[in-house]
Amino acid sequence: MTCDACGEREAIVNLTQIENGEATAVHLCERCAAERGVEPPVTGKTPLGGFLAAMGEVGASVSEACPTCGATLQTFRESGRLGCSECWRAFEPSLRELVRRLHGSTFHVGERYEHDTGETAVAQLESELREKLREAVASENFELAAELRDRLRVME
Amino acid sequence: MIDFSLLTDGGMGWLDASGPESHLVLSTRIRLARNLSGHPFSGRNGDAERERILGLVTAAAGESRALGQAAMFRLDRMDEADRRVLHERHLVSRELAGLEGVTRVRYGSALLIQDRLSAMVNEEDHLRLQGLHSGFAVGETYAAVDRLDEDLGGRLSFAFHSEFGYLTACPTNVGTGLRASVLIHLPGLVLTKEVSRVLQGLAQVGLTFRGLYGEGSEVVGNFFQLSNQTTLGKSETELLDHLAKVVRQVVDYEEQARAVLLSSAPTVIEDKVWRAYGLLRHARSLSFDEAMNLLSAVRLGVGLDLVPGMGLYALNKLLVHTQPAHLAVAENLPLSDPALSIRRAALVRRVIEEEMGRERLP
Repeated sequence: MTCDACGEREAIVNLTQIENGEATAVHLCERCAAERGVEPPVTGKTPLGGFLAAMGEVGASVSEACPTCGATLQTFRESGRLGCSECWRAFEPSLRELVRRLHGSTFHVGERYEHDTGETAVAQLESELREKLREAVASENFELAAELRDRLRVME
Repeated sequence: MIDFSLLTDGGMGWLDASGPESHLVLSTRIRLARNLSGHPFSGRNGDAERERILGLVTAAAGESRALGQAAMFRLDRMDEADRRVLHERHLVSRELAGLEGVTRVRYGSALLIQDRLSAMVNEEDHLRLQGLHSGFAVGETYAAVDRLDEDLGGRLSFAFHSEFGYLTACPTNVGTGLRASVLIHLPGLVLTKEVSRVLQGLAQVGLTFRGLYGEGSEVVGNFFQLSNQTTLGKSETELLDHLAKVVRQVVDYEEQARAVLLSSAPTVIEDKVWRAYGLLRHARSLSFDEAMNLLSAVRLGVGLDLVPGMGLYALNKLLVHTQPAHLAVAENLPLSDPALSIRRAALVRRVIEEEMGRERLP
């Protein structure tokens, strides 16, 4: 089923809205759902189970290796554990998807770790995101650009 | 054998039943998962790397306030019984103690502990900082572990990502790296058969439950560990406030269940409690599960003021010392020795007699 809002992507959220005593069903893709403030459903019985099976559909291929430790999405799929902190950057798109499914969000809002950095972590993230947004627009990757814009908007 | 004299209360201060709601809540534990940047995670680094990490951590801990006088236990140099003892005291995870299925104890696995704060080193993550307090004490426990985190974080370089937060080996812990769990005794809800409804409700509000020994363990003696499911997207305070709110509710449900039991079936409850007491006081052989279930019933009786003279601390001590590894080490017997059940019953009789005196039976 396609998304009722954009008519393009696969709908993954089924919402029932009640207005004036009448229930209407709305089917939304993850992006359109997120724009309306609806968290996507958590899938899989064990936290990692559902995701690990679907892994590889998003972002990096399963055999691409982390340049720092050599771990791959394949080794992660087998062990459920990443090889090093750089894996988080190497497999960022896939992991963002996983983190969203696990935690219902991808943005850490807890205590921030400031260690030997002049810039605050938030400012650093903002400039990183702006840089990525520029790159995305330049390479006409509008889907990514839209997502980055959304995240910058949340930060503001 | 481990020298527990290095530790205040043998690392069991959390069992002294001094904290809030001690008749229902045994302990509150909060852990923060942290990794050092620039080092592979534990599953992917070698012995030399783990030794380096342990060196860095012990040096930083030595300068810190919270762990400056810490005792260090190297689990990789202990035999299985001693590692099990630390696990039974809830001081180390199954993983750190090398008790998971096929994995052996990992080289460099260590525990630094001082009073109610500790750090597991070379666990799934390089560091698992933990605070463990008696009773229902979420705020106090977090304040202590947060200070430890700040102190060590200033001396070490933690892996942190501007979007994902504190980076961990497993994505289920990323973000705050915080897991708070409350060990709670719910015999009232079990007896009124309400417990599954309450536990199912937990999942809907983002909490999860486990057995007495945490992840993957079975429920014994009606003890449940309630903890937060997610670690990212909410601040530490939000996660803790939410957990505390729900635990408060579960405590209320348990109190209500107990009130219902007492008003609707007082003799049934009294009979159950005193039968358990009688067995504990006189049995000549007790398996661990049986002992736990009987202790659970007596604990319920103490909570309902049905067993004058019996203290929670004595019951908590029995809870710890009747566990298989504790008993095996104390009695100098192998873990699999069938005589342990006989020794267990003897220990229980002795402790109850000390607590209640010889002629206190009504």
